[in-house]
Amino acid sequence: MNEQLALLPAYLTAHLQLTLLALAASAAVSLPLGIAATRVRWLEQPALAIAAVIQTIPSLALLAVMVPILATLQLQSIGFLPAFIGLSLYGILPILRNTVTGIAGVDPALKEAARGVGMTPAQQLRQIELPLAMPTIVAGLRTATVWTVGMATLSTPVGATSLGNYIFTGLQTRNFAAVLVGCVASAVLALLLDALVRSLEVGVRDRRPRLVKVAAAVTAALYLYTVGSLAGSLVGGGDRPISIGAKGFTEQYVLAELLTQWIEQETGQPTAQRQSLGSIVAFNALAAGDVDVYVDYSGTVWANVMGQTGIGSRAEVRSAVAQYLDETHGIQIAATLGFENAYSVAMRNEDADRLGIARISDLPPLGLTLSMGGDLEFFSRPEWTAIEEVYGLRLAEERTMDAGLMYQAAAEGAVDLISAYTTDGRITAYGLRVLDDDRGAIPPYDALVMVSDRLVEERPDVVEALGRLDGRIDVEAMRQMNLAVDEGGENPATVATEFLRSLAR
Amino acid sequence: MIELRGLSKRYGNRLAVAELSLEVAKGELLVLLGGSGSGKTTTLKMINRLIEPTSGSVRLDGDDVAALTPSDLRRRIGYAFQQVGLFPHLSVSENIGVTPSLLGWSPDQIRERVDTLLRLVELDPDEMRDRRPDELSGGQQQRAGVARALAARPRVMLLDEPFGALDPLTRQRLQDSFIRIRRELGVTAVFVTHDMTEALLLGDRIAVLSEGRMVQIGAPAELMRAPANDYVRQLLDTPRREAALVDSLLSTEDTA
Ligand SMILES: Nc1ncnc2c1ncn2[C@@H]1O[C@H](COP(=O)(O)OP(=O)(O)OP(=O)(O)O)[C@@H](O)[C@H]1O
Ligand SMILES: [Mg+2]
Repeated sequence: MNEQLALLPAYLTAHLQLTLLALAASAAVSLPLGIAATRVRWLEQPALAIAAVIQTIPSLALLAVMVPILATLQLQSIGFLPAFIGLSLYGILPILRNTVTGIAGVDPALKEAARGVGMTPAQQLRQIELPLAMPTIVAGLRTATVWTVGMATLSTPVGATSLGNYIFTGLQTRNFAAVLVGCVASAVLALLLDALVRSLEVGVRDRRPRLVKVAAAVTAALYLYTVGSLAGSLVGGGDRPISIGAKGFTEQYVLAELLTQWIEQETGQPTAQRQSLGSIVAFNALAAGDVDVYVDYSGTVWANVMGQTGIGSRAEVRSAVAQYLDETHGIQIAATLGFENAYSVAMRNEDADRLGIARISDLPPLGLTLSMGGDLEFFSRPEWTAIEEVYGLRLAEERTMDAGLMYQAAAEGAVDLISAYTTDGRITAYGLRVLDDDRGAIPPYDALVMVSDRLVEERPDVVEALGRLDGRIDVEAMRQMNLAVDEGGENPATVATEFLRSLAR
Repeated sequence: MIELRGLSKRYGNRLAVAELSLEVAKGELLVLLGGSGSGKTTTLKMINRLIEPTSGSVRLDGDDVAALTPSDLRRRIGYAFQQVGLFPHLSVSENIGVTPSLLGWSPDQIRERVDTLLRLVELDPDEMRDRRPDELSGGQQQRAGVARALAARPRVMLLDEPFGALDPLTRQRLQDSFIRIRRELGVTAVFVTHDMTEALLLGDRIAVLSEGRMVQIGAPAELMRAPANDYVRQLLDTPRREAALVDSLLSTEDTA
């Protein structure tokens, strides 16, 4: 818990930066647009329709879609910018809609009285319509505030630090203290900001200058701090930190920590992690140079990026991937860590012994008596099709289940086989055995330390240091590290530190 | 001087005001009299361009109002709304001082003017100044509305049933004050009322409207002497009829 709280200042500051600046941008767009829509009648419908359409896009997808759009525009495609733009777009609708309804809802008799006493249209807007619409507009602003604070927790997968880092990492590494800290902190933040907006409104409405002053001062201080800290991190003298990416599962968190500590230890360079990135986001960010280094798997690049369906040996796939990455994106492979994180077929040790099974090719004769559990995508993946075809395997039952539950189901005998990741520590922990893919149906998934062309150019020393990790992590070592986090409740950073210490010995 | 020429306002295929032509001399008070829906408010609002006429024109001191900037025009004309229309988010004094402040008067000038007007409409300045309109009774709101119309010392005033919600005694006192300041300032006014006694008391001349058309215009005595039709006759007869009714009611009580 304490080590979680130690992260709070950094996460909270980043969360505030996103939230406050996005809200300011939402308001800066939607207030004038809302006012314009009440003057220029034809504007109202299209403006509200567009804002509503944006709102129907699931929030996570809206953030994710910013990444390729920004990459196409040659802008920073992961990190603050995509999250900021996504959040700003999301906050437009409540403010816009309430501005329009608030102004349109002002009693026509009062609008006429405003004209009657001699106000120009601008004076009428400023002195009568906006003040009378203010409660409605503020209600929209408060909705946007609460939404934005909540949605900002989803900016973690596009590479922006936020309180969501607690939630995403915590859920993946089963660290519920982290999840709790993230949820509580963002809920408290939402309530506080909401109360701040509310007290500004009440102060103005009831003419309580002290309340207005205090609320305005707090708001101004928050914005100053936010803008100041953001500017500081952008300008931030000294070297650009090496940006280390991680996708959203335990092994990636451990490896990102490992690379971070290794780079700092070997080169003294400052680093920054971008955790819980989506798979495509991580690769695109590396290609664009927004991430300098992350670990991906040869089979993932082979199938998902290169679109290959055939299968080669471990060495063949690795060199084809290396050539492709170099030619298309200038990406280099700094190190091949030494383990594979492939799909595999696993079985309880005692069943395997009793039935005399060691290889996948031993399965087909028994196939129709066996059931298998697979994670959410396994049975629709090319790996499974390949296994079915190459081995002629037909099973009695195929059951899709949550990856976390799969291992337990196998251990309890609820299914006979499961689709296990070869580096999952639970294989050993639950008394399971990986069956040998003796006919090579499953593509190899070598863990590769991939570096951007930008890093190769700017920091050859870092690339060289990473090269010294080549072949240093075997599959059992990786399994133990994953297990320590998943089942042992340990922190990825601690696990990585211990491993590096053992390397040094 | 106000001059209406062939003024009409059409809503759909109904004429709310039809071919209205009349003149209000400088310093004169013209009462617009007529049943509900006869076009009185519409006529008033066409004078300060809150409503644009379908045809015809309005001249103010010889200038066609259609050629003037609406906000400038309206700052020169005090308008008391039938529905009062005080701004709920402003205090009573801010409501009354709104036009002077648009005209750029100094805060001191405005404060002094507001207090004078509050006393004039018989509202205690110290008690009322800082209240919000919803903290006033209907009659008090109406008086604040009249004060707002008077605030910028307009030479022309348009008043739409300004004393309709007042008790008879307050009403009489305010009518008296109104007559006095009108004389002092030489205000030219168009005054809408349903109340025949008020029309006779305040009006230099009375214009009777019916279904958007002007039935008759003239000094009260002229209308009394030669009413144009039965409708005008009955209208003018209302105070006497009411007095007779009161007498008869009281005398029945005596004999009972
Ligand atoms: N915006 C409008 N659209 C359509 N018809 C209207 C509109 N405003 C007024 N009218 C109609 O025009 C006619 C004149 O209305 P006006 O408000 O001038 O009446 P009035 O003499 O002031 O009546 P009252 O004594 O009840 O206030 C009425 O029949 C009314 O229904
Ligand atoms: Mg009327």
